[in-house]
Amino acid sequence: MKTKLFDYIDRDNFIYNLSGLTKLVAFICLTFSVMFSYDIRYIIFVLVLSFCFFKVSEISFRQIRTMMIYVGVFLLLNFCLTYLFSPQYGTEIYGTVHEIFRFNSRYTVTLEQILYQVTKILKYASGIPLGIIFLLTTNPSEFAASLNRIGVSYKAAYALALTLRYFPDMIRDYQDISLAQQSRGLDMSRKEKLGARIKNMMNIFVPLIFTTLDRIELISNAMDLRGFGKHKKRTWYAGKPLGKNDFLVMIFSAAVLAGSIGVSFFVNGSRFYNPFV
Amino acid sequence: MSEREKTPVIQFKDFQFQYFSQAEPTLHNIDLTIFKGEKILIVGPSGSGKSTLGHCLNGLIPFSYKGEINGSLRIMGQETKDMDIFQLSKMVGTVLQDSDGQFIGLTVGEDVAFALENDCVELDKMKDTVQKVTDIVDMGELLKSSPFELSGGQKQRVSFAGVMVDNVDILLFDEPLANLDPATGKTAIDLIDRVWKDQEKTVIIIEHRLEDVLYRDVDRVIVISDGRIAADLPPDELMAADILPELGIREPLYVTAMKYAGIKVTPDMHAGRLDTLDTEQIREPLLAWNRAQAKKEKPKERPVILEADHISFQYTKKRKILQDISFSIQEGEMVSIVGTNGAGKSTLAKLICGFVKEDEGKLYYSGEDMADKTIKERSEKIGYVMQNPNQMICKPMIYDEVALGLRIRGVPEEEIEPKVDMALKICGLLPFKKWPVSALSFGQKKRVTIASVLVLEPQILILDEPTAGQDYHHYTEIMEFLKSLNSRGVTIIMITHDMHLMLEYTPHAIVISGGKKIGDASAVEILTDRSITEQANLKLTSLYELAVSTGIEDPSSFVQNFIDYERGTRRNENETV
Repeated sequence: MKTKLFDYIDRDNFIYNLSGLTKLVAFICLTFSVMFSYDIRYIIFVLVLSFCFFKVSEISFRQIRTMMIYVGVFLLLNFCLTYLFSPQYGTEIYGTVHEIFRFNSRYTVTLEQILYQVTKILKYASGIPLGIIFLLTTNPSEFAASLNRIGVSYKAAYALALTLRYFPDMIRDYQDISLAQQSRGLDMSRKEKLGARIKNMMNIFVPLIFTTLDRIELISNAMDLRGFGKHKKRTWYAGKPLGKNDFLVMIFSAAVLAGSIGVSFFVNGSRFYNPFV
Repeated sequence: MSEREKTPVIQFKDFQFQYFSQAEPTLHNIDLTIFKGEKILIVGPSGSGKSTLGHCLNGLIPFSYKGEINGSLRIMGQETKDMDIFQLSKMVGTVLQDSDGQFIGLTVGEDVAFALENDCVELDKMKDTVQKVTDIVDMGELLKSSPFELSGGQKQRVSFAGVMVDNVDILLFDEPLANLDPATGKTAIDLIDRVWKDQEKTVIIIEHRLEDVLYRDVDRVIVISDGRIAADLPPDELMAADILPELGIREPLYVTAMKYAGIKVTPDMHAGRLDTLDTEQIREPLLAWNRAQAKKEKPKERPVILEADHISFQYTKKRKILQDISFSIQEGEMVSIVGTNGAGKSTLAKLICGFVKEDEGKLYYSGEDMADKTIKERSEKIGYVMQNPNQMICKPMIYDEVALGLRIRGVPEEEIEPKVDMALKICGLLPFKKWPVSALSFGQKKRVTIASVLVLEPQILILDEPTAGQDYHHYTEIMEFLKSLNSRGVTIIMITHDMHLMLEYTPHAIVISGGKKIGDASAVEILTDRSITEQANLKLTSLYELAVSTGIEDPSSFVQNFIDYERGTRRNENETV
């Protein structure tokens, strides 16, 4: 029941109906455009876009709640650490100092630093929903088909798809094994010391590895028997032909990327947007 | 079959195979010809080489499992040594045993299309073929379903369709019944039979559940023993030949019953299938035998060790897994919990062990409420053994594995050793005390997992499918071992869908269907009750049908007589050995 995290659920809407290739291209273009630019206005624009996509994709929040908690913690940690290690980086980049508050000579709070850190957080915040959309709305097999279409060897692509496909199974195995070991007295709760817990974890991983190896032998035999790897090429049942929407989305994402680069070079003159000069 | 033109499709000539990893050949001097359109059943105990024979046919030998081949094997006139696995896969389609593990695609359609994808078939044509083939196996409506939504039988249909897309001439089924409940197994045999007749394929079935396969026509049964062909006979003659029990293969129960009644089985009795059996010839001796059996007294009442009182459980609000289950198990009983896949049997076991918590109702252990007992506390009274020993064993050495439970509990090392020795001794593993786990066979590993649970001295042992995938010999070994544990006073609860196991070893059976208890009686009463067997995907035992067709008045007591008689003879055998 807890394994829904990576399970692909089929839905019928604009995002789901796009081909995996389109989604891959759009994901790369959009993420790259926010990673490249430090212009907060442009990043907010992409952020809004990615939330729109999220809305359209109809992914339920419950499905990604755990993931979101981890992401939130990571972002918060990142925010604090950035300040801890380089509290003056903002002023270095923007070349001005607008001090608001001072703890001591090193740790001051400046408008520049706040802008820099907020920009950085927004970059992650706009990239992550895109990643989630891509992962959850793309059928692993179709994803493999798209990778193959852009030149990745189909064996590698299929291996990746199988990993995604068997991930939920492995989690199920893990839960079963963990229960059986607990019934022998293995304590996995917080009552046990960390060292002992790590040792106990090992007692679960060994059988998990063996079970997984069994699985791999079986699946690779099944694949051999049905002719996997016979030819240099293969066709894909799950592959979707590109439609009008696919081209529109790809052109649009390329335009967003071009826009990001354009804004940096022609409007700001660098990757940073500097409102302080 | 005799009128049909006989074209050989598979020809073994003085064929021998030896795995590189083994000192002795696994197959010796195999001479066997299989003709076009035949339906062949290959039986043999595990380790006899029957799976190896199958691997030679589909090309996994020598493609995946390396070894030395001598002699000749021709398929459709071509020497297999000169072909690769891909050419062979166009002639021989294999349906593997574990239909769960071989489900490659994410949906039914994709899985069926796998072979076509590898052949670079265009999408439109691929979709057409997939639709056509899935219609043959009645799965055409479910092309978009994912494997998690399918039952075991449906998954097997999908793998069946997956090999038929290649339009192969020979279909090879490797233990098709292994993971299916009795009723689904019956449907699977029906389906194989239908495809064999309608599509005119050559069909080879490797299976040790002889009786279940013989429920439909089979041309010849080939018995493999120690890597050699021990018999190659039509079913009717095989039943008359009286060679199966010696080789450790279970003959159909109705045939055993006939032998107990002193009937000499002859080919003209047509004992190959129950519905072709000539009952006229056997009625009198069977009735006489049945009259001669003494009634056994009922066992004495003993104190209740485990009691469930109106238990309900659900993962989510929508779907109730268990509803209002009550039962009581007495000390020293051997009980089977049976029912279809997903009926809630495993959840019930998890509840008893404390892995999940009941929403309503109460569980009592010797009259004591278990509600606030943790998994660890329960595990000292109730041991749980999983189906697959590989899922439990986590230490490389046998001794360490068995000692693990005690070490975790901080028992001093000098107290551990005698306890481990004792557990190993009970399980017949003492000679292997210093051995690594990897040197053991599957059945021995199973016993290691039982020893590692027994070392904690539980009063109740719960086993999930203790005999899954075991041949008759190992099955008997494991079950007799459990029986001996039971006679030491351990209460044994088994989750199973093996009807033989129920009948022979568990006087008490609890049947779960759709989360409800639909039966709680003796195994004989359950397996002779048509409405319960139908609901729970079981079958009526062939003994019952034999009794009905020969006009025995009280069929259930005939079945009970058979079981009592068999336990009696087996005990005598054990004593004489």
